[in-house]
Amino acid sequence: MEVLVLFSPLVGALFCGFGWRFLGESLACWVATSLLFLSAVLSWILFLKFDGNTQNIAILRWIESGTLSTNWAIRFDRLTAIMFIVITTVSSLVHLYSFGYMEHDENFGETESYKPRFFAYLSFFTFTMLALVSANNLVQMFFGWEGVGVASYLLIGFYFKKPSANAAAIKAFVVNRVGDFGFLLGIFGLYLLVDSINLNEIFQAIPEIANTKLTFLWREWNAANLIAILLFIGAMGKSAQLFLHVWLPDAMEGPTPVSALIHAATMVTAGVFLVCRMSPLMEYAPLAKNLIVYVGAATAFFAATVGLVQNDIKRVIAYSTCSQLGYMFVAAGLGAYSVAMFHLLTHAFFKAMLFLGAGSVIHAMHHEQDMRFYGGLRKKIPYTFWAMMIGTLAITGVGIPLTHFGFAGFFSKDAIIESAYGAGSNLSFWVLIIAAGFTSFYSWRLMFMTFFGKSRSNPETYSHARESPITMLIPLGILALGATFSGIVFLAPFFGDHQKVNQFFGISGPESHATLSNSTNHVTKIEGKVHNSSNEQAHYTIDSKGSKGIDVRHGQSTLGKGGLFFRNDNHVIENAHHVPKWVKISPFISMVLGFSLAWVFYIRDPELPRRLSVQQKYIYRFLLNKWYFDELYEFVFVRGVKALGKLLWVRGDGNMIDGTINGIALGIIPLFTRLASRVQSGFIFHYAFGMIIGILVIISWFAISGGSS
Amino acid sequence: MIFLRGDDAAAQNNAKLLALIATLATFLTSIFLYAGFDSANTDFQFVEDRDWLLGFSYKMGVDGISVLFVLLTTFLMPLVIASCWDVKHRVKEYMIALLFLETLMLGVFCALDLVLFYLFFEAGLIPMFLIIGIWGGANRIYASFKFFLYTLLGSVLMLVAIIAMYVDSGTTDIPTLFLHEFDAIPLEVLGIQVVGGLQSLMWLAFFASFAVKMPMWPFHTWLPDAHVQAPTAGSVVLAAILLKMGGYGFLRFSLPMFPIASELLGPVVLWMSVIAIIYTSLVALVQTDMKKLIAYSSVAHMGFVTMGIFTVNQQGIDGAIFQMISHGFISGALFLCVGVIYDRMHTREISAYGGLVNRMPGYALVFMLFTMANVGLPGTSGFVGEFLTIIGVFKVNTWIAVFATSGVVLSAAYALWLYRRVVMGDLIKESLRTITDMNLRERAIFTPLVVMTILLGIYPALILDVIGPSVGLLVENYEKSISVYSHSIISFSKY
Repeated sequence: MEVLVLFSPLVGALFCGFGWRFLGESLACWVATSLLFLSAVLSWILFLKFDGNTQNIAILRWIESGTLSTNWAIRFDRLTAIMFIVITTVSSLVHLYSFGYMEHDENFGETESYKPRFFAYLSFFTFTMLALVSANNLVQMFFGWEGVGVASYLLIGFYFKKPSANAAAIKAFVVNRVGDFGFLLGIFGLYLLVDSINLNEIFQAIPEIANTKLTFLWREWNAANLIAILLFIGAMGKSAQLFLHVWLPDAMEGPTPVSALIHAATMVTAGVFLVCRMSPLMEYAPLAKNLIVYVGAATAFFAATVGLVQNDIKRVIAYSTCSQLGYMFVAAGLGAYSVAMFHLLTHAFFKAMLFLGAGSVIHAMHHEQDMRFYGGLRKKIPYTFWAMMIGTLAITGVGIPLTHFGFAGFFSKDAIIESAYGAGSNLSFWVLIIAAGFTSFYSWRLMFMTFFGKSRSNPETYSHARESPITMLIPLGILALGATFSGIVFLAPFFGDHQKVNQFFGISGPESHATLSNSTNHVTKIEGKVHNSSNEQAHYTIDSKGSKGIDVRHGQSTLGKGGLFFRNDNHVIENAHHVPKWVKISPFISMVLGFSLAWVFYIRDPELPRRLSVQQKYIYRFLLNKWYFDELYEFVFVRGVKALGKLLWVRGDGNMIDGTINGIALGIIPLFTRLASRVQSGFIFHYAFGMIIGILVIISWFAISGGSS
Repeated sequence: MIFLRGDDAAAQNNAKLLALIATLATFLTSIFLYAGFDSANTDFQFVEDRDWLLGFSYKMGVDGISVLFVLLTTFLMPLVIASCWDVKHRVKEYMIALLFLETLMLGVFCALDLVLFYLFFEAGLIPMFLIIGIWGGANRIYASFKFFLYTLLGSVLMLVAIIAMYVDSGTTDIPTLFLHEFDAIPLEVLGIQVVGGLQSLMWLAFFASFAVKMPMWPFHTWLPDAHVQAPTAGSVVLAAILLKMGGYGFLRFSLPMFPIASELLGPVVLWMSVIAIIYTSLVALVQTDMKKLIAYSSVAHMGFVTMGIFTVNQQGIDGAIFQMISHGFISGALFLCVGVIYDRMHTREISAYGGLVNRMPGYALVFMLFTMANVGLPGTSGFVGEFLTIIGVFKVNTWIAVFATSGVVLSAAYALWLYRRVVMGDLIKESLRTITDMNLRERAIFTPLVVMTILLGIYPALILDVIGPSVGLLVENYEKSISVYSHSIISFSKY
């Protein structure tokens, strides 16, 4: 069934991309969409039936060279199950939504058929994303990793006639590749250390890696820290963390359903997924975890400040995504992996909905994206308004403090903030509180500017603004349910007490182990054999021999068995439950402050923002220009690299190499002149032909005669 | 065996058809070769041995390393022939030259005698020289001479080394030479102490020839010129097959016959390779001529090959061979892609194009696929080779691995930028309004290449299974020689 989930989007993509000429446009699109719905339904069945035991399903041999051996295979555990439902649910809804949104696209002429291409790309993306999360080895994960990169490239550049879309597509791919650079090096490093790139074997070897020193570049490093940091660089690229975030806002050049699917709900969360997937490694890499927390917190803050002043509705949401991803990384870096996954899940619902809602607004306003020309749309598009309202309530984390009532973001975001306090990371705690206030401000600003007040668009557009068709509203409705209830429903397994989290993720925690820990090593070995699938048996035997010195109670033998791994001294989630009351209330206060400020700015005194932007123009410009990252990169990298290339070409190839060789040639000029004179008389061709024919005659003679000896 | 070729192709008008049939027949024969090949056996197979003049023998055969190059050659040649269906100028001679070339290239990969190898290796220059010089572009004479002189000068040294080897060992039989140990005692030549002695000198002589052929930085400057001036078929053969002769030479001679010299000089090669990867990628970024850009990207990819070979471990060499085969398909296809639009517009300037996707969706798809393969996207054959070579070099030197990996970023930049400027965008240029998409013949040429690129990316065992045992043996013997040598070093130092 897992295989079916994985491949039906691919089949859909192929059908739609190549078969539409025979099937007809709309039929091809429906085939792709229904295959995705099939995939989504199966994912939910798998998710609900899943018992917590990791399964490995081999499909086909892949790269095998010496000791390196990889298969195309599915690793299905809780983490994969969660990602499966997120991806297929959002993707199938986005497919449905696209029927309405892509109906009449003014970027294409009447005769051009762009829809099958769009649906094929979407389905292809879904396939690669599923391949990423279901990989049982790092190379296959890299396949998915790059595959989603390509799909994203194709979809950002979908409007291929727009130069800005093409530029954004290339930027996204290349910046992502900078991250991949780290990811690849991490894979190579792991192979060097473990002699395998399969997750199971890597996880088993991690305690050993943590005690290994690896010489990398100019110095020796602790292997676990180094590898974790390298992998995190990959995650930074894909999840648009600070310094590698520049591609995400530009990616909004793609059609809005794409932004919802790829640049909000799924692909950009791949980095978070990677960190959680490698949780056994992260648990042994304290330095890398600290780095992740800092980068995540910095991104959450940076992106939120930029989001405050943007005017393009999609860019506001894009920066908001960037900021929320920062939250997830903070959680993962603190060791609260399940909390990071929790926010990933809820965020997928409410952010996809915000994007689809924004798409609905844009659709109604004839592809106008500047919020300064919106206003007063509440009555015109009521369903969209309410959907966006639920999304905003969810992202800002509205709920009743100290109880279990609230929208999705209320649970997951507060869980992260509490974890930050619980882990004793005061800096990240305060940064996240402030960022939460900003989040509330820009989200409400978006709502107020779009739906409240008076219309600022030209009257004609305003009067033509209509509610979107039903295919666009159904997905909004379903996602609204998710944004409302996913927090309450999933609170316990992701952020409940130890027992529940462990059970959910299939981790046999210390409690269940306590009875076994008194027995001998031998017993553990047998137990391991029972639990592990056959292909890791051999390895396990070796490992248990080698792990004599390791205290079994620390749960090393459970490495890689479940979806996640917590070391025994990792008490972040428990601590988070016992934080003081003021900590639990503070995000709420921050949220209310943000809301009030937005209300003052955009409802009570709409002139205030303009006055402020003039008064504080340096800060305003700094934020509006996104801290000048693009300009800096353009100057340093784009121009620098091009200049270097030119220099090498003209000076290096032209003057140095050719120059030197011509210089040598001058030394043996007589030879050259003789040769040259022969050419002019055409003799060399005769020689050439003579030689060739001679050779051929000899060969033929030997081949035919069989050689007389 | 498979070397009979009708060089007396009489029928003027049917020359193309005859050539196509001949190459297809060769391909079919080589499929039997592949099917009958026993990959577990690391000896040479299908050996033909006949006496020849002066005690040298006409000895041919294949092992796990060479059989795939044979197959690559025979696979590509029918496509090459089909790609020049529209050539009008001296068709018969063109076909003859291409068929000669195929024979000679196959000879290089099959020769099991040094003299025979040298003969094929050098003779291969001639038809290529003619193809560029007669059917090439405006500046073809300069390019063909640059090509000819570069490669010839490299080869002269190789000839000297071959003679030296014969004198030293008394045979030119390649399998026998594998067992012969050349002296590695330090020598003094012209007052300079040469570490590794005779081996180093011979290694350098072979290196000169192969490095030019690869081409390695800084001997690469002939390649862009040659590619730009060569006709499409010439470029395809040059990039897809001829360049591989250098890499094949390293594997056949340098590593097994001069292991100690390889060990001593290998690090230099690794650094040269990685310089090639970065340097030529940067240069590729600023090119304005499509073929030049792809030519520079070829040099960068060949950098991965030399890097993989001189890691001398299973992954590195497996990766290098894989990279050579896959680059044969990908670069060949990219040059064919250029050929498709060159045939229509008669220019290679990137700025003359833009927005082709509007008129040529099929072409855009094919070009996209090969661009991505060139970038090394997992799932295409381009990935496996790069991945394995870097994993191999990571074991040897992490600096080099880091630099080589950064080539991943650069290749994405130049390849996608090329694609954007040629294919993407709105169709504004007046001259492109009537351009037509690929015709049936062109589609037929690309289809096998597309299939191979994806098939090898998803199921690389097709290649890796075949080369694995032979490469394993190569690495094993190499390490044995090195360990013997390092023991002897200790005794030297006593003495």
